[in-house]
Amino acid sequence: MIPLSHYLALSAVLFALSIIGIFLNRKNLLIILMSIELLLLAVNINFVAFSHFLGDLGGQVFVFFILTVAAAEAAIGLAILIVLFRNRQTINVTDLDSLKG
Amino acid sequence: MTFIQLTFYFFAAICVLAAMAVVTIKNPVKAALFLVLAFVGAAGVWLTLQAEFLAIVLILVYVGAVMVLFLFVVMMLDIDLAAMRAGFTRYLPYGLAIAALLVAQLVFVFNGSFSSADFPAPPLDLPADYSNTKALGMIIYTDYVLAFEVAALILLVAMLAAIALTHRKRTKPNKAVNPAQQVVVRKEDRLRVVDLASETRVTSQTRGKP
Repeated sequence: MIPLSHYLALSAVLFALSIIGIFLNRKNLLIILMSIELLLLAVNINFVAFSHFLGDLGGQVFVFFILTVAAAEAAIGLAILIVLFRNRQTINVTDLDSLKG
Repeated sequence: MTFIQLTFYFFAAICVLAAMAVVTIKNPVKAALFLVLAFVGAAGVWLTLQAEFLAIVLILVYVGAVMVLFLFVVMMLDIDLAAMRAGFTRYLPYGLAIAALLVAQLVFVFNGSFSSADFPAPPLDLPADYSNTKALGMIIYTDYVLAFEVAALILLVAMLAAIALTHRKRTKPNKAVNPAQQVVVRKEDRLRVVDLASETRVTSQTRGKP
């Protein structure tokens, strides 16, 4: 029998790793997108663990919808990335300053 | 150590190591492949939580579709890797500090709330013929049917947006026929009726005469 806290610890470690990923690869838009996918995965592990331990299937339904939204986000994000690369020949985040923000 | 514990720690270790490789490796193609490995590890962890349907969905949708999309994009783009890696070591301490802070906070919360013996209560043993897929379907199509349809709409919008964003009109080497020009064409534009004198028949009697 694995206690709930082990699942929560796994999720926390994954979440922290993807935060590190966003910090380390802050110039590479592609790796940032991958880190966001990992963040969502860590959240999903929490949802599934609580759903199992509380005996409530609602958590798994939530994971289902998070997966849907994450897939849509990945598709649109990569499409924007491709348009960006076509126009600027780079996906370096520091070069994307045409809005002067 | 029981079999289920062994399974959990095995898949959890795969998941964490693969995630570590995703954020530190140099080549984006390898990063995408390690992300696939992380998803497979997470699917194994979900199996130990008796969430079979979601584990299979994670494999099919993520490993099968989303990561293939990532790989396609990674291989399509011509990325200057050296410029991307600049500042990698400079930001490492900040990243580590924030991650350590985050883990410390989360562990503090977990130890405070979820490590006691009475909460959470140990889950009930499910009967052998219990179907996770069937149970999920029962509540998705009743309690969550509106959310389910909104999810379908979100996927449709995502598909249309991805196509509309990346679609490129071809101009120069286009040999396709314009349908608008094709339907407005009239008979007079294409067909010319020429009035020709009909030929007379050549016979043996007429041939000899001048």
